[in-house]
Amino acid sequence: MSGAPGEAPDGGVTDPDVDLRVPAHRAETAGAHAVAVLAAVAAGGALGACARYGLTLLWPVAPGGFPWSVLAVNAAGCALIGVLMALLEEPGGRASDGRGPGGARPRHPLARPFLGTGVLGGFTTVSAYALDAVRLLEEGAVGAALLYLGATLAAALGAVWAATAATRAAVAR
Amino acid sequence: MSWLLVALGGAAGACLRYSVDRAVQSRHESVLPRGTLTVNAAGSLLLGLVTGAVEAGAAGPGAAALLGTGLCGALTTYSTFSYETLRLAERGHGRAALVNAAVTPPVALGAVWAGLELTRYLSG
Repeated sequence: MSGAPGEAPDGGVTDPDVDLRVPAHRAETAGAHAVAVLAAVAAGGALGACARYGLTLLWPVAPGGFPWSVLAVNAAGCALIGVLMALLEEPGGRASDGRGPGGARPRHPLARPFLGTGVLGGFTTVSAYALDAVRLLEEGAVGAALLYLGATLAAALGAVWAATAATRAAVAR
Repeated sequence: MSWLLVALGGAAGACLRYSVDRAVQSRHESVLPRGTLTVNAAGSLLLGLVTGAVEAGAAGPGAAALLGTGLCGALTTYSTFSYETLRLAERGHGRAALVNAAVTPPVALGAVWAGLELTRYLSG
């Protein structure tokens, strides 16, 4: 095992919102920088929530209908977090010094708080997903509720896996 | 007007998620991402309460936009949950990844349902 106690064994991030096992994340709310991080998270959260709201207005679901729009929002957001984290952190999680793999590419310290924690965290949602499923159950559409629960989970996990793998492969070329 | 309320709620929800996740992690060191599970459960419970209040006529469309679509939507997150599940599996914590994926949907569902039923009970 390498690294200090309590640090991620491979130096990488598990929780993209904020991961206290990663030294750079532990340090980011120290001093004046904390205001900038929270402002970036807030601005991103506002944008992400509005994007989700806009898509549900563009693509409304009839009462009792299958909630495709929230499923699509969640699957798209999961693909995008895979792309983002692969660009910011892989391989080896060297983002703590502001540089990427091999120290080649500087990364802005607010990129993850703004785009990952803020925009994508604000865009995707577990609460609307759960409410959609409860609504379907209350209407007696048990099959549709279970399908929705399972399809969202499968689409989200498949999207984050495929997007992460594809981005890592593209970065490594 | 709705857009402004969704934006304000979204900004507050994302900041709350960041702060709560950080606070939970600093108190409990665990392989399972409890911080994210906490915000997803709390945001789902609050959405159940808000939706129940709207149903009962105790809250209007403004509250639904600000608190439901904005705050609860941004407080909870599917992207963080799915990326964490992937990283747990990659880092050799296959069991924690499975537990995380299996536990999050029913916990969120139960939380929404509890919030809805509580407001329905309170509003008679």
